[in-house]
Amino acid sequence: MGIRFVLLVNKQGQTRLAQYYEYLTLEERRALEGEIVRKCLARTEQQCSFVEHRNYKIVYRRYASLFFLVGVDNDENELAILEFIHLLVETMDRHFANVCELDIMFHLEKAHFMLEEMVMNGCIVETSKTIILTPIQLMDKAS
Amino acid sequence: MGSQGGWGQSKEFLDLVKSIGEARSKAEEDRIVLREIETLKRRIAEPDVPRRKMKEYIIRLVYVEMLGHDASFGYIHAVKMTHDDSVFLKRTGYLAVTIFLNEDHDLIILIVNTIQKDLRSDNYLVVCAALTAVCKLINEETIPAVLPQVVELLGHPKEAVRKKAVMALHRFYQRAPTSVSHLLSNFRKKLCDNDPGVMGATLCPLFDLISADASSYKDLVVSFVNILKQVAERRLPKTYDYHQMPAPFIQVKLLKILALLGSGDKQVSGHMYTVLADIFRKCETSSNIGNAVLYEAICCASSIYPNSKILDAAVETTSNFLKSDNHNLKYMGIDALGRLIKISPDIAEEHQLAVIDCLEDAITIDDSSPKVPRVTVDTVEGNESPSMTTKVLSLGKEEEDPDDTLKRKTFELLYKMTKSSNVEVIVDRMIGYMISIIDNHYKTEIASRCVELAEQFAPSNQWFIQTMNKVFEHAGELVNPKLAHNLMRLIAEGFGEDDEGADSQLRSSAVRIPDGFICRNSDQIPSAFMQASFDGSQLHGLSTNVRLRIVHFLVNVICWVLGEYGTADGKYSVSYIIGKLCDVAEAHINDDTVKAYAMTGIMKICAFEIAAGRKVEMLSECQTLIDELSDSHSTDLQQRAYELQALLSLDNRTIENVMPSDASCEDIEVDKNLSFLNFYVQKSIEKGAQPYLPESERSGMSNVDNFKNPYQHENSGQSLRFEAYELPKPPPPTSIPFVSSSSRVTDIIPVSEQVHSREIHQNPPTSGADALALEVKLRLDGVQKKWGRPTYSSVPAASATVSKENGVTHSDEATNANSQTRDFPYNHRRQQVEVSAEKQRLAASLFGSSSKSDKKAPSSHRPARGGHVNSERPPATALLLSEPPKEKTSASVPPPPDLLDFSDPLPSSATSEDPFKQLEGLVDTTIAPLSGNAPTPDIIPLYGGTPSINSATQANIRNASAAASGVVTIKKGPNAQDALEKDAVARQVGVQPTQNNPNLFRDLLG
Repeated sequence: MGIRFVLLVNKQGQTRLAQYYEYLTLEERRALEGEIVRKCLARTEQQCSFVEHRNYKIVYRRYASLFFLVGVDNDENELAILEFIHLLVETMDRHFANVCELDIMFHLEKAHFMLEEMVMNGCIVETSKTIILTPIQLMDKAS
Repeated sequence: MGSQGGWGQSKEFLDLVKSIGEARSKAEEDRIVLREIETLKRRIAEPDVPRRKMKEYIIRLVYVEMLGHDASFGYIHAVKMTHDDSVFLKRTGYLAVTIFLNEDHDLIILIVNTIQKDLRSDNYLVVCAALTAVCKLINEETIPAVLPQVVELLGHPKEAVRKKAVMALHRFYQRAPTSVSHLLSNFRKKLCDNDPGVMGATLCPLFDLISADASSYKDLVVSFVNILKQVAERRLPKTYDYHQMPAPFIQVKLLKILALLGSGDKQVSGHMYTVLADIFRKCETSSNIGNAVLYEAICCASSIYPNSKILDAAVETTSNFLKSDNHNLKYMGIDALGRLIKISPDIAEEHQLAVIDCLEDAITIDDSSPKVPRVTVDTVEGNESPSMTTKVLSLGKEEEDPDDTLKRKTFELLYKMTKSSNVEVIVDRMIGYMISIIDNHYKTEIASRCVELAEQFAPSNQWFIQTMNKVFEHAGELVNPKLAHNLMRLIAEGFGEDDEGADSQLRSSAVRIPDGFICRNSDQIPSAFMQASFDGSQLHGLSTNVRLRIVHFLVNVICWVLGEYGTADGKYSVSYIIGKLCDVAEAHINDDTVKAYAMTGIMKICAFEIAAGRKVEMLSECQTLIDELSDSHSTDLQQRAYELQALLSLDNRTIENVMPSDASCEDIEVDKNLSFLNFYVQKSIEKGAQPYLPESERSGMSNVDNFKNPYQHENSGQSLRFEAYELPKPPPPTSIPFVSSSSRVTDIIPVSEQVHSREIHQNPPTSGADALALEVKLRLDGVQKKWGRPTYSSVPAASATVSKENGVTHSDEATNANSQTRDFPYNHRRQQVEVSAEKQRLAASLFGSSSKSDKKAPSSHRPARGGHVNSERPPATALLLSEPPKEKTSASVPPPPDLLDFSDPLPSSATSEDPFKQLEGLVDTTIAPLSGNAPTPDIIPLYGGTPSINSATQANIRNASAAASGVVTIKKGPNAQDALEKDAVARQVGVQPTQNNPNLFRDLLG
């Protein structure tokens, strides 16, 4: 199924956004997030951006204080996922204009909507920023 | 700026977000959330909550769950929100529901109705929202409720709806393939949708379908190839470009699909060569995304029917990956290499250098065996000049850069590359690595790989036993019990060598080793033999560290070895060994398996003694044990005990037949025809019993009336079947035949009954020592042919030179191509000094010498990589990031497009000061000496959120942070205005970038 989850976690290990594409219980999520973040935080910048964890491969990227982590299957193209993360950030940046951690926190649902447009059933379905943002802008206008 | 209106949330919400954002610890965060839960419980139950307010509560519930607390009290309100008329609120409701509920939750049934209604909506945004929810909420039972509508929506005029309908159908297929089996042709149709987005999405279900059954989709190959060609030729709308690459994510998906379709199909693969060649030729190598596509192209090239031109391109790309200083690319390179060597093993040779690099890069300090780097320009082996060594050593120390991920990947590759000529080095490294791993999951994997490789390629018995010993010692509790049985069998069979002498030598060393284990295990074995003569030096130095985690199965092996060969070399007396076995049984009072092994061991020893004509005098403790086991609850143990007693009373001739010495691998001749029963059958028939009818003739009547010999029925039935299937063949020699062929032996553990009967008859009926020995040889041959040219191991010097040359030239290329800005001395060193060192190390690793040089100076990558990465990607991002490009370029030197590098210390722009860092430093001392004149203090009281009484310090802090953020915004370049505005707005609503987490305000992309 490709992508299993997308996580945004800050340097302190606090979750800022979590979207799972397979069901995990609260406890499982909590444990998983803790373990992963600990692993990724321990890594230096020049180490590669992929970490194996349990049966996942974590592809992560750091932006300012925020880590974007994507858990994928074993046969996913890690570099492409790495760039997918960047695409997500670029999309957020286009919408929020200089996106920062606080933007995501204040507009959690919008960040989720973007992700919903980009990933369905654990697959990347849309990569055009314009198309991703269209419904969100329309909804903004309508409300 | 579209978002700024969104600040219009309530003060409460802003405060919540703020306090969560500034929480310094998980505990603090938990406290905040628990308080929030209490508030929400009260608020949400109030009558007539305005809808907007309710939406906010629901987002707050999402926060509660996201931060790990239960928000189930509010689920129902999220469900209600899906009824809302406003699209925005409705979608928020759906979002919350999809986050809260799994598809089997009771509340889902309440939503199905809403979804059905929404799927019929005129507003396509509503339909989209509903379809998004369908993907997450509809389970197998509810599929029929929405399926017709979803199918209908495949033809919706809006492409966004069609796309989501495709994905909903995809979801149904994932959930319950049969529910949509009649609709799969829709995916084919949608592949031709005139909207590229719909087409791109359709690739996802098609990929799944093709993974499941490639043969039914071969007809689509031409379409896929055409699409890929068009994509690569930039025929898609510009909006799909990413960093100047045309729709790279679609390309990746298409390549994945082609790889599946072309696998093992020459004709189909023929269609793909042109487009693959184009991709290899044109694809951008300077950006991550270009390399991602290239990597996928390599995967495709290695999966489809090989074409030499394409493979050459793939190999070249792979070598560029491997030569990169970027660990991500190296990682991809290692993976790609692993794929390519499956097709042509020779490739690995060319790249040994790079591979070893990755390993060395990743070598960690905690590697137990101290590595002595032997890196010198002029020496070939050993006698290096000390100054050089120390220098390199210190380099190695300072610049260690352990990258565990890379290392793992490399070990994976090495595992695939192992052959008999390099097995010692590789396994040695693996074990060293294994010892250093903490993660049990992975440790287990590495351990079993070590064992597997050792079994396959062991150059000598001694080495093999030592290796196994090491593995058991460091990961004994993790390895598969099967391995222990493999070890037993190998000890029993030797290595298929003709030389019995070698075997017996092996065995006596095997006896010694388990002895050592037992000895070291001594505090579990309260033993009079503890101080018994035991020569530590026999233990191959292992006795130095006393280990107690000998697992039971290993004890089992020990018992077995002692029983089988304990007395074979005459070094130990019978009573000594029996005594030891008794000790083992005593020490494992609760483990019947161990006791059974010990008992059988004793039985064998006794049997051998009696057979040899000697008298066995029973030790009292042994007698006690036998008596105890005779009364055991376990029938198996009872039986063993009684058998032992019975055996003791037999004469030596019988015993020799029952329990022959060293016969664990002998064939047991099973008289399948049961001819020895003929007489009995004859007599029965004479007495009027019905003669046996084969099952087929009985034709289902199945009254097995001849109760007296049901076994005969069974057995003749069995023998019939055996003939029908012919003799079971040994498994194909390539795939870990040891495990499979040993499975029979493995039965021993759980089903001790079987063991018993076998051993009584003559021990495990393995398919015969000869056959197995043959198998071993066969395997070695096969592998050798596969991996190594016969000349390979004999002319190490020659090929080392070749790879050296390769290394040099390629690294030059890499330098030129990828990193104009690399000005660090590493390259030169690499060329002049290190190459020879690397060559040496390489030769060492792959040709079996034992030198372990370790000189890679990874931290020289540090500055290097920063520069390198930057230089690698600048054109892409700088051009493509259309939103904030100005700030990018303002970062003077090489624009820093790689956002990975945006962490605090940036080589280019932020080199020196991270204002927040400084600020944090200030605040940590709780004194904020900055006196500011920022306008904030005036604004804050208006919003009353923050108490203005304990003003002095607080205001100071605020000022400090304001000042700090001022610094930041200035640093942002042209876009500072935006950021400043945002800060101002945030501040107006009462959110301060306070000391706790100034990072909240940092631009992610800036």
